[in-house]
Amino acid sequence: MTTSAMLILDILMVLSLLSLAAAALATSDARRSVILFMAFGLVLALAWARLQAPDVALAEAAIGAGLSGALLLAAVGDQPRRALTGDTKPVHHHDHSNLKLMLEWTVTLLCIAVAGALAWALAQAFERAPQATLAQAVSENLATSGVSNPVTAVLLNFRAYDTLLELAVLLTAVLGIFALGPARPGYRTAGPVFGGLVRWLVPVLILAAAYLLWVGAHAPGGAFQAGATLAAAGVVLRLAGQRTVGLPQGPTLHLVIAAGVGTFLLVGLSLLVLGRPFLGYPPAWAGGLILLIETAAMLAIAATLVLAFLGGRPQPPRVNVTGGKPPAALISTLRPRSREGLSGADVPGAESHKHFSEENRQC
Amino acid sequence: MIEVMSSLLIVSGLGFYLAGSIGLLRLPDLYSRLHALTKADNLGLGLLTAGLGLYTQDLLIALKLVLIWLAVLAASAASAHLIAQHARRRETQS
Amino acid sequence: MSELLAVSALALILSLFLGLLRVVRGPGAGDRMLAMQLIGTTGVGLLLLLSLLLDQTALIDVALILALLAAVAAAAFTGEELETGDD
Repeated sequence: MTTSAMLILDILMVLSLLSLAAAALATSDARRSVILFMAFGLVLALAWARLQAPDVALAEAAIGAGLSGALLLAAVGDQPRRALTGDTKPVHHHDHSNLKLMLEWTVTLLCIAVAGALAWALAQAFERAPQATLAQAVSENLATSGVSNPVTAVLLNFRAYDTLLELAVLLTAVLGIFALGPARPGYRTAGPVFGGLVRWLVPVLILAAAYLLWVGAHAPGGAFQAGATLAAAGVVLRLAGQRTVGLPQGPTLHLVIAAGVGTFLLVGLSLLVLGRPFLGYPPAWAGGLILLIETAAMLAIAATLVLAFLGGRPQPPRVNVTGGKPPAALISTLRPRSREGLSGADVPGAESHKHFSEENRQC
Repeated sequence: MIEVMSSLLIVSGLGFYLAGSIGLLRLPDLYSRLHALTKADNLGLGLLTAGLGLYTQDLLIALKLVLIWLAVLAASAASAHLIAQHARRRETQS
Repeated sequence: MSELLAVSALALILSLFLGLLRVVRGPGAGDRMLAMQLIGTTGVGLLLLLSLLLDQTALIDVALILALLAAVAAAAFTGEELETGDD
């Protein structure tokens, strides 16, 4: 009874994932497909949990659903609106140049080839007898790693180089973000309901991040999940119209971002100086060193993700409103694009509002 | 005895979840669907956590479950309002 | 008892799947937003059941994070952007 129930549960989960993915790809409206993609991420987190991978489920719930969804929505928001036709049939382009068509077909064939290769690799893995060599090696050496969660041990001790390089990749991403220029314009200040939500959600998210960081030593959790949760707090602050979103200003921000890779390197080099291999923690200190590195990594990851959401270098608050801006932008400065429509002051501006609001948020 | 109680709570929680989904399918427009989803699902979750907390008989886990339920309550109340407000705003604009 | 938990988990994923039918098909534009609410609450229930069924207490933490992040997701697509940077 139990096993057959679980089997049907697995089948339904796979069906949900497939239908969400198909719906996200089949629609022609970018905003609609982003929302379906967010839903896909949430259900994927459930799938990871079903597969008994809580660390991945935590990361998927935090990053795949909340953060990348917010990122994509902010990015899509810049695109010109399509008129909503109400159907989800894919748009057929009849006016492609031959080059673009060839390119599309090449990419499609490449994707099919990669999918085929992955399927072949999966079949190979199933054919062999299950070999628990990696899991065995990890569990044998877990006692000397300084933590009792095998995932954290692998990430921060046995395969520490990989994590170091991943953090370096994040640092490079921040450099790219800074190169984009100033951050996107912000959001209007939160109304009473959203403000009430933010007032308790942000502290709870910060607390949850600290909890995940601490618990990562002996249970599923760790720096990445904690960093993503902390970034979600920053994203919520930004959505509520808060300007600084908890990021430090100026040189301190650079320090925080660099501290992820920096702490890792410092620890590794100090160990080299002390005569041990690079990032070869002495077993007595391993736990403390790992916690130190994870804390710095959490802050760096959170700052990186929030900067990605901001879309550029954060701006210090501007003092004066006027000063060389075209009149159109000036008028819309006084009146945000969309508003609750409650206050009487909005009525005289209704025409200019309709004139300037070219957005139809359809999803 | 405890198993019977918690089973009853869990099953009634499930009933509310299913009712919420059926409402989602059958109700005519977005606002009524929001009602069905938020109210029924939250109550279902509350009954579910009560049943599970009773079953585990571990105070710490039961408190964690109650915390999760309260967080879901507050969060979904605010989310439902935001979604409805957004939809209303778009309706009056277009 | 574990049978009841397994059947309950099945019932929850069924209710999720039914809800997804509305989300994917939904004629109105706002129906897709309901996905966040639906998956948020149903997913939390499912995770709590799975944590007892699969004997993984860490899934309770996942349920908490899922609940909080679903709220963030709902906030993300109802946020209204300002036209210029003065906020």
